[in-house]
Amino acid sequence: MNSPEPFLGATSHTPVRHHILSVLVENKAGVLARVAGLFARRGFNIYSLAVAPAETKARFSRITIVVDAESAPLEQIVEQLDKLVNVVAISDLAPKDALERELLLATIKTNVDSRTSLLDVVGTSGAAIVDVDAGSVTLMLAGTPAACDELERELENYTTIELHRTGRVALPRLGKAATATIPD
Amino acid sequence: MQLTGAQALIKSLEMEGVEVIFGLPGGAILPVYDPLIDSSIRHVLVRHEQGAGHMAEGYALATGRPGVAMVTSGPGATNIVTPIGNAHMDSTPLVVITGQVSSAAIGTDAFQECDITGITMGITKHNFLVKSAHEIPRAVAAAFHIATTGRPGPVLVDIPKDIAQSTMEWWYPENIEELDLPGYHPVVELDTNAVERAIALIKLAERPVLYVGGGTLKSHASAQLRAFAERTGIPVVTTLMARGAFPDSHPQHLGMPGMHGMYSAVTAIQKSDLLISLGARFDDRVTGKIPSFAPNAKVIHVDIDKAEFNKVRAATVAIRSNVAAVLEAWDAAEAMPQNLEVWWKEIDAWREAYPLVYDEPSDEGLLRPQFVIESIAQAAQPGTIVASGVGQHQMWASQFWKFEEPGTWVNSGGAGTMGFGVPAAIGAKVGRPDRVVWCIDGDGCFQMTAQELVTARAEGIPIKVAILNNAYLGMVRQWQEMFYDERYSEVYLSPDLPDYVKWAEAMGCVGLRATNIEEMHAAIATANSIHDVPVVIDFRTDSSEKVFPMVAAGASNDDIMVHPLQRESK
Repeated sequence: MNSPEPFLGATSHTPVRHHILSVLVENKAGVLARVAGLFARRGFNIYSLAVAPAETKARFSRITIVVDAESAPLEQIVEQLDKLVNVVAISDLAPKDALERELLLATIKTNVDSRTSLLDVVGTSGAAIVDVDAGSVTLMLAGTPAACDELERELENYTTIELHRTGRVALPRLGKAATATIPD
Repeated sequence: MQLTGAQALIKSLEMEGVEVIFGLPGGAILPVYDPLIDSSIRHVLVRHEQGAGHMAEGYALATGRPGVAMVTSGPGATNIVTPIGNAHMDSTPLVVITGQVSSAAIGTDAFQECDITGITMGITKHNFLVKSAHEIPRAVAAAFHIATTGRPGPVLVDIPKDIAQSTMEWWYPENIEELDLPGYHPVVELDTNAVERAIALIKLAERPVLYVGGGTLKSHASAQLRAFAERTGIPVVTTLMARGAFPDSHPQHLGMPGMHGMYSAVTAIQKSDLLISLGARFDDRVTGKIPSFAPNAKVIHVDIDKAEFNKVRAATVAIRSNVAAVLEAWDAAEAMPQNLEVWWKEIDAWREAYPLVYDEPSDEGLLRPQFVIESIAQAAQPGTIVASGVGQHQMWASQFWKFEEPGTWVNSGGAGTMGFGVPAAIGAKVGRPDRVVWCIDGDGCFQMTAQELVTARAEGIPIKVAILNNAYLGMVRQWQEMFYDERYSEVYLSPDLPDYVKWAEAMGCVGLRATNIEEMHAAIATANSIHDVPVVIDFRTDSSEKVFPMVAAGASNDDIMVHPLQRESK
């Protein structure tokens, strides 16, 4: 990645002119390396990337890439991606047309004093406690990238042992341009 | 019919019409070399895998058909990385077969293992690691399909040894659907709307230039280019990759643009109001400083690869198509620019003021390299193919040889790969045995790949090599002279070490030397009289000669430096 920001947690510094590319790829060995390698060698910045099998057909995966449209013209990024033989379809989601979601998991150090206020944060943010022991809790939030950013800020008041975010996945808002669909 | 994977591979290559493989065997590819004995396919045994790759490129550039190379795993595979990268830069169709260690050993750092699909990911159009013998026909057919369609390029097929040894029931894909390439759509319908918008631009143009790139050769559009150019009267420039796409003898041809282009070609582009780019990619060696490149020109950009649009220069109209189809559509619509009389008057004045020149040939001192090339060209029969390495000699060859037809200029453009010349010339001669093939080489380039002359002699491939021996890495020397205050750093090679005549003879070739004009003509005549073995001529040339015109790296094309002989008049 050429991101000037550390990759971990970089979603909280989403660039202003970011775009979400939903890329349908053949589910073959090395495809992720081909996509990531293209970004690296062309100097395009990736802010987050999420990949998983798409729909029901096991032949395809969907990669959701948040790109910095300031690092290179979006047209260049899309056209160069499209040249990869294993890339089947690309759809470019403008942020306003996209339904974006992300998962945040965080393990927070707690004591008697902090536990109550942390539970408040959990309650107001819509997060859930998914694991607890004597000195810590692990909480989870599935929500918009902004909600995850907000929770991350709240958690700055506590001692975070570990925090992971998945990077976002996205679908078009209903009535907007479709994501890349699987060919018949 | 049960076949081994190895047999299936050879049979697949036969199905694709392959007539020759350039290669060198080794451990992991051993199984494939056995059925090769029984095949009709010719194998040219190279002395270094880099040679195999460049030969395949030379073959492809001279014939228009994909070149095929086959090497073993590990160092065999890494040795062919340079030709693969070169073919990728120049969009040359290549299929490279590499052996791989057995499937079970992959990832264990086995003997001669390397991740060649990983290494070549960024410099192939695509590559395959074959996982079963059953998949071999599909991988080979897909490799040829991908290498030769759309924007051509190199495709690598990596075959683990156990896959080559296992058996399969023979089959072969019968259509493109069976290639299973859901993400590959090289052909699109011509956008008639864009064609119309381009015609509207052409109609308004008073100073148009046809900026012809390698894509014009790749799409076999020379006849269409000539028809369109002659009907419209638009001046033509051909890039280094497009030499031969339009006859140099044609009065509308201004020559090559770019860093060492003709003054008239460079200046016509700078002053144009419409650049019609046909399969060109606005390479930095053509544009010079981008913001001042053809500042007043609108741009029609025709390319089969839409990623080229707006990459370097914004296109006023972009048309994704092969070049031939667009030219035919424009001709059918009788697209015509404005009256170009004034434009041609300007151009002709530039042509007259700044033709290609060099200092008078003289018997004082060493040979003028430009004169050597002109003398070879004058003595050559029409249709001679010229290959070159990379450097001063390459630029002089492009400038002073007159190319009249496609497939007669074989060189390394985008990558600038020294050592390309000798093996590429051999590959070209294999593909076009009816043609005379000259390699115009430099002494630095020659030393990089000369061992392939052993291949040429052993396989009966009688090429002719002209070494312009100025005892220097000449182009680097030129830059050090011009831009580093004549501080020459690590560029001297010596004219006598090695002894090129003895070296040629040791490789079974005829070796000749020419130190003056008389010897030069005699050596060329001797070389032209030898048809059975390769000939190498060591021409002793003047190291102070520099390539002009020149646009310094990063400078504007407006600041083109002409030859010193022309400077007072400028």
